[in-house]
Amino acid sequence: MSKQVRQLNRVVIRFAGDSGDGMQLTGDRFTSETAQLGNDISTLPNFPAEIRAPAGTLPGVSSFQVHFADYDILTPGDTPNVLVAMNPAALKANLADLPRGADIIVNTDEFTKRNLAKVGYQTNPLDDGSLDGYHLHPVALTSMTVRALADYDISKKDAERAKNMFALGLLSWMYSRPYESTLRFLERKFASRPALAAANIAAFKAGWNFGETTEDFAVRYEVKPAKMPPGTYRNITGNAALSLGIVAAGVRSGLPVFLGAYPITPASDILHELSKHKRFGVITMQAEDEIAAIGAALGASYGGALGVTTTSGPGVALKGETISLAVALELPLVIVDVQRAGPSTGMPTKTEQADLNMALFGRHGEAPVAVIAPKSPADCFYAALEAARIALTYRTPVVLLSDNYVANGSEPWLLPEVDSLPDLRVEFATKPNSEDGKTFLPYLRDPETLARPWAIPGTPGLEHRIGGLEKADRTGAISYDPANHDLMVRTRAARIEAIRVPDVEVEDPNSDARVLVLGWGSTYGPIGAACRSLRQRGLSIAQAHLRHLAPLPANLGEVLARYERVVIPEMNLGQLAHVIRARYLVDAISYNQVRGLPFTAHELETMLEEVVKNA
Amino acid sequence: MPEATEPTGGATRTPVALTLTAKDFKSDQEVRWCPGCGDYAILAAVQSFMPELNIPRERIVFISGIGCSSRFPYYMNTYGVHSIHGRAPAIATGLSVSRPDLSVWVVTGDGDALSIGGNHLIHALRRNVNLKILLFNNRIYGLTKGQYSPTSELGKITKSTPVGSADSPFNPLSLALGAEATFVARTIDSDRKHLQSVLRAAAEHQGSAFVEIYQNCNIFNDGAFDVLKEPETRDDYLIRLEHGQPIVFGSQGQFCVVHPPGGFGLEVRRTADVPAEEIVVHDATIEEPAYAFALSRLPGADLRNTPIGVFRDVTRPTYDDLVREQVESARATSTGTPEEQLAGLLNSGDTWTIL
Repeated sequence: MSKQVRQLNRVVIRFAGDSGDGMQLTGDRFTSETAQLGNDISTLPNFPAEIRAPAGTLPGVSSFQVHFADYDILTPGDTPNVLVAMNPAALKANLADLPRGADIIVNTDEFTKRNLAKVGYQTNPLDDGSLDGYHLHPVALTSMTVRALADYDISKKDAERAKNMFALGLLSWMYSRPYESTLRFLERKFASRPALAAANIAAFKAGWNFGETTEDFAVRYEVKPAKMPPGTYRNITGNAALSLGIVAAGVRSGLPVFLGAYPITPASDILHELSKHKRFGVITMQAEDEIAAIGAALGASYGGALGVTTTSGPGVALKGETISLAVALELPLVIVDVQRAGPSTGMPTKTEQADLNMALFGRHGEAPVAVIAPKSPADCFYAALEAARIALTYRTPVVLLSDNYVANGSEPWLLPEVDSLPDLRVEFATKPNSEDGKTFLPYLRDPETLARPWAIPGTPGLEHRIGGLEKADRTGAISYDPANHDLMVRTRAARIEAIRVPDVEVEDPNSDARVLVLGWGSTYGPIGAACRSLRQRGLSIAQAHLRHLAPLPANLGEVLARYERVVIPEMNLGQLAHVIRARYLVDAISYNQVRGLPFTAHELETMLEEVVKNA
Repeated sequence: MPEATEPTGGATRTPVALTLTAKDFKSDQEVRWCPGCGDYAILAAVQSFMPELNIPRERIVFISGIGCSSRFPYYMNTYGVHSIHGRAPAIATGLSVSRPDLSVWVVTGDGDALSIGGNHLIHALRRNVNLKILLFNNRIYGLTKGQYSPTSELGKITKSTPVGSADSPFNPLSLALGAEATFVARTIDSDRKHLQSVLRAAAEHQGSAFVEIYQNCNIFNDGAFDVLKEPETRDDYLIRLEHGQPIVFGSQGQFCVVHPPGGFGLEVRRTADVPAEEIVVHDATIEEPAYAFALSRLPGADLRNTPIGVFRDVTRPTYDDLVREQVESARATSTGTPEEQLAGLLNSGDTWTIL
């Protein structure tokens, strides 16, 4: 039978189920199919820290949201148009986010009395009328999957577990997704168990065919490819992009990369990824603790490698003393902080931007470092290269502040030409540098960058000792001289301020905005989406987004001064706002949210509209 | 870079004899330990031993943490890093793994290595990183002016323990052996000949070499090892271990070490009471660390029966080599320039093209 096909510009789907239901995988595959089609995409995984919370409970719900469109989008979407709920817990945990009229596809097999009771449903929401405002599609996902796989030589449990592929098949049909890549993926994933591969493919096709034949799904949708710049794309998460950026920094600098890391959510994926790329000369060391991880990275930097350590907030706290040592030694070091909700263990799988203060100030003594932040998943690649550029050029630790939202979210990435990436080659010191050419002065500085020479062990004639004790200017010898300490403290500050960073750009299409919204890091998407929406409604607003938090762009003060009001939304209690107020004496409005989730474009739009109208 | 010949620890000797002397290893820095400190003797012994390595100075690196002993690198005319408290083994690990051409030495103390840095020490040892770790044990905190350390004896009265320490001390060698260190030795600051013989063996060892050096702090714990140094007592207190030799000691050879039947460890007996064939013949190459561990347990709180020399010297793949082999084998199977390989990596996975 032929079904009606309806064109849509954008769709937001949320796959939700138990942590064991494979929702991340399902979402990932749907995203990949969608990418193949050429839509623009943004994704938001949301999962519990527990590996397997008790089945069927609210804490065990894992979800994956994907937003795709035929135009350029900036966020994973505020509210889903479609919810796939694999059990009552998934329905209950996500229903509040759904607008009336949204489609809800539920796995009716899981709506048993026992499962309903587990999450506190007194009556079955599927038939008590409470979902009347939605388009409810009750589907017996589990039993239909098991029936479809009756002829396959697999266990009942394996058959039941294939229900996520049935759901994926159904959704792929509904939104006219190309599925070849999923079939290839399943063959690869279950290469060692052909029966499982065949069964999962069969489950996928059963889901697809169910959509095609059942009358419950009368409409099929299409979202045309987005108009995107020509080139080759891949869909990429922030952690993957960041890893590739580090590999690229090794290639473009010609230096071996040494990663010291200790497993921590949500940064471990970078360790996993980089451990696959040994052929690029990347050494990864899973250290005994966070301190050893950065210590080993610093030791490698001392020896002439690009030392990198990756962690999350609690790990940065432990690394603080070694970062200070790197400040004193003036050696290159990249510290990646994939921020998560704190303090303490906090909410390890939820996002936050609350480590900015720690990155900027969280060390003893005057210990300035460079700090940068990526604005989107794909941007993590370029942020890693920029962190390496600053570290290598200026011989300084650089903190790269990613966060869980960009780290696990994904978007299409227009793959760059390798030749277009920055040239990061460095020169090691090879001979004495004193005026008479006879002695080596390890703290004699380049007049432009204020960087000291990088003299690596193995270089004859440059034997020297460095350490955490205060050093005399030029010679690097131990010095307790008051004037020298004053000079060295000021010089270390000056050399961070001397780092050349691009001017901040302002997006103000009508050039008549009176309000500037200033953001940093992963809030770029929701802020941008909110600004677009306001402009479409005829309101003027300017947007600027900071990649460099230390040093700040040279033109920032002038930019801030141009606007009557400056609004700074952050997923913390106003850490950048504090800096801006202190440094530029601007009475910025600090807008904050710390719910472990990214801002929605809608809430920012509402807030900004208020400011614009009152400006 | 000079051609590699026989390996010494991490680095390799140069084929050409270098004409280095102890003086070449003295830096221009004024040595600032307290007059009479045992560190002077160790520094002089190390400086005069270094030429034996026949490794150019630029390929030798000393890395230390914090404490009196950790000032050591400033006085060596090699490359050196005076780092932060306890972390030297971690920093040295990163350097050693990424630079196989270097000879990397860690200088540390009982507080640095066993208290704040205990974790890094045991992990460097279990990994068997190519580091030569010299632990100056004076059983006191010197730089912070006289608190008890993790090797201070129970009941020790110090500034921070006015009525005596309630902490049981670490036996550093037992700890290292528990971590299955492949080379474990002990020596004494005042015995230059013995100290250098241990350094020699440590330098030849592939992998982590852990050397405990009993060192006198004449300000805060003076005379801690006097019984092992004074001519009247030392021969009766010290067991000088020599590979392949029966373990007999005492001024008259009156003591020996036996493995009592049914027991777990080793015991000291009067030589006269023991048939010669029952005396343990020292073998540092025994794979099972239990033997060396038993040796490490012989001394009593009064330092009687203190073995010095090489307790254990066994062969196990080094972490450095294993890590680099993985990198090298990955490289051997890949083709193209790094840029081409990078382009391939970026373009891997599910890609699509927009025209």
